[in-house]
Amino acid sequence: MINLKNRAFNILTLTLVSTVIFVILLILQYFKVISEYTGLLLTLAGIYVIVSLSLNLITGFTGQLSLGHAGFMCVGAYTTAIAIIKYGMPIPIALILGGIMTALFGLAIGIPTLRLRGDYLAITTLGFGEIIRVIIVNLDSLTGGAAGLKGIPTFSNTGDFIIDAIIRFSWVYIIMILVIAVIHNLINSSQGRAIISIREDDIASTSMGVNVAYYKVYAFTLSAFIAGVGGGLYAIFFGYLNPAMFGWLNSVNFVVIVVLGGMGSITGTIIAAVVFTYLQEWLRVFADFRLVIFGLALIILMIFWPKGLMGNKELSITGFIRQLRSGEFSPRQIKTKWNEFRQKKGRKKDGRAD
Amino acid sequence: MLKVDEINVFYGTIQALRGISFEVNEGEIVTLIGANGAGKTTTLRTISGLMRPKTGSISFLGQNLLKCDASRIVEMGLCHVPEGRRIFANLTVMENLEMGAYTRKDTKNLKADYDIVFHRFPRLKERIKQIGGTLSGGEQQMLAMGRALMARPKLLVLDEPSMGLAPLFVSEIFSIIKDINKAGTTVLLVEQNANMALSIANRAYVIETGRISLSGDAKELAASSEVRKAYLGGK
Repeated sequence: MINLKNRAFNILTLTLVSTVIFVILLILQYFKVISEYTGLLLTLAGIYVIVSLSLNLITGFTGQLSLGHAGFMCVGAYTTAIAIIKYGMPIPIALILGGIMTALFGLAIGIPTLRLRGDYLAITTLGFGEIIRVIIVNLDSLTGGAAGLKGIPTFSNTGDFIIDAIIRFSWVYIIMILVIAVIHNLINSSQGRAIISIREDDIASTSMGVNVAYYKVYAFTLSAFIAGVGGGLYAIFFGYLNPAMFGWLNSVNFVVIVVLGGMGSITGTIIAAVVFTYLQEWLRVFADFRLVIFGLALIILMIFWPKGLMGNKELSITGFIRQLRSGEFSPRQIKTKWNEFRQKKGRKKDGRAD
Repeated sequence: MLKVDEINVFYGTIQALRGISFEVNEGEIVTLIGANGAGKTTTLRTISGLMRPKTGSISFLGQNLLKCDASRIVEMGLCHVPEGRRIFANLTVMENLEMGAYTRKDTKNLKADYDIVFHRFPRLKERIKQIGGTLSGGEQQMLAMGRALMARPKLLVLDEPSMGLAPLFVSEIFSIIKDINKAGTTVLLVEQNANMALSIANRAYVIETGRISLSGDAKELAASSEVRKAYLGGK
C-alpha cells in the first residue's frame, strides 16, 4: 500500500544517497586520503557484498541453505575470463555472459534439488561446488587447469595508477548498487512476499496459492546469476584465476557473512560483508592466530546477537529522514524517550517483572 | 460444487484413503468427522492439490482438479486453512493477510475485503502490526481464517479449526464459521470435535480407516446411536 509519492521520495533519496557516498569515496581515493590498499579492500568488499547478497536471497529470504556459492562464483569467473581472453569480448558483455552461464548451472541444480531442504540441500550444493572445481582443474586446455588462468586484462589500463583504481572501484560499486536495487525491489514486491512466505512455511504458502516450486527455482537461478556476475568481477579484479580460490571454505565464508549480518536483511549483509573483508585483513597481524581470533569473534557474536547484526530488519535511510521530518528526534522527544529507557532499565535492575 | 469420486490415496505403500466419495453443494456446511488417523486431513490435502490420488477423480465447479496444481486450485476459489493453522509466524498480522490476497488480481477491491475481515475479527485489527507468532492460539486461528478469506474463496476448507483451543474460543470460532457461511461461502469442515461440527453443519460424512462409513443429514447423524456411541461419548 505504498503510494506513488512515497515511492518517488524513496527512489530519489536512495539514488541521491548512493551517489553522494560514491562521489565521496571517489574523491577520497583520488586525493589519496584513503590509501590505495584501503581502496583495493573497498573494491573487494563490494564484490563480497554482491555475492553475499545473492546468497542472502536464497538463504535469508527463501530459506534454502546453499554451501555452493563459491562454485557459482567460480563458473561466473571462468566464463567471464575466458570470454575476455579467448573471444575478446568487452567487459559488460563478458560479465552478463558469466551471469547467464551461472544462472543455467543454478537452474540445472535448482530443479532436481527442489524437494531438498536444510542440511540435505546444503550437502548437495557443497558437492556441486566441489564438482565444479574438479572439472575446472581437469579442463586444462580451456581453463589452464590447476596452474590457473593468467593474463585476464583489468578494467582499464591508462597507465595512471589512481585512475585505474578509481575505474576499478566504480565498476564494482555501480554493479553493487544495481544488485542492491534489484534485490530490494524484488523483496518488496508481491513476488518477494511469495518468496518470504516460502521461508516461513511452504505448506501455508502453497495453500495461499503461491507456486512454491516456481519461486524456489526462480530465487535460486537469480541468486546464481548475481553470484556469477560477482565471480566475473572477481576474475577481472585479480587478473588471475586458480581453482583453489573457490574452495568450499569460501562458500562457508559467504554463509558466515549472511548469518553475521542477519538472514533476510539487505543492509545487514552489506555491513557484515564490509566488516568481514576488513577483519580478514586487519587480523593478518596475528598471523596463524588469525583464524582462532576470527572464530572466537564469531562465537561471541552469535551468543550475544543470535539473529545476526540486523536480524531481519533493515537500516532505512528514508525511514530515518521521515522520522526527522515528523519531529521524532526533537529535543523534547529524545528526552521523553530517554526517560522511558531509564525507567525500563531501572525496573530490570530491580529484578521485578514488569 | 465439489465432487469427490472414489479416490484412493497412498503414503508410499500404505493406503490412507480407500475409495472415498462425497460431494459438497453450493451454500452448504459439510463436515467430515472421524477418529485420529481415519484419513480426514489426507482427504483435504488431496482436494487442495497438496497430495495426488492414485485413482479416482475430483471436480470443482465442473473442472477436473487433478489437472490443476495447488496454486491454480486457490485461484479457482478453493481455499484451504491447513491443520495447525500454519500462519507465517515471523510476519505481522497485516503481512499475513496480504499473503492471503496473493492470488487476487483485482487489487482495487482489496481495501473493502480487509475491512470485512477486520469487521469479522476485531481482535486482528487491534493487533495489526503484531508479529503473527506472538498471537494466542485462538487469535492465530482467526488470522488463518482471515487470511483464507482474503482470497475470496467460493469454497472454504477448514482443517480442525478447534484444535488446541480453549472451549470459549471454540464456540466463538464456530459461530464465525456459521457467519461466513451465511455470507455466501460454502464450507467444508473437518473436525474431531464432532459435537460442535454436527451442530453447525447441514450434512456430515463419517470417515473410518479410510472409508466413508456413514453419511447423511447432520442432525440425524447427531441423533443416531452409532455416531453417539463412537464419537459423542453417548450411550
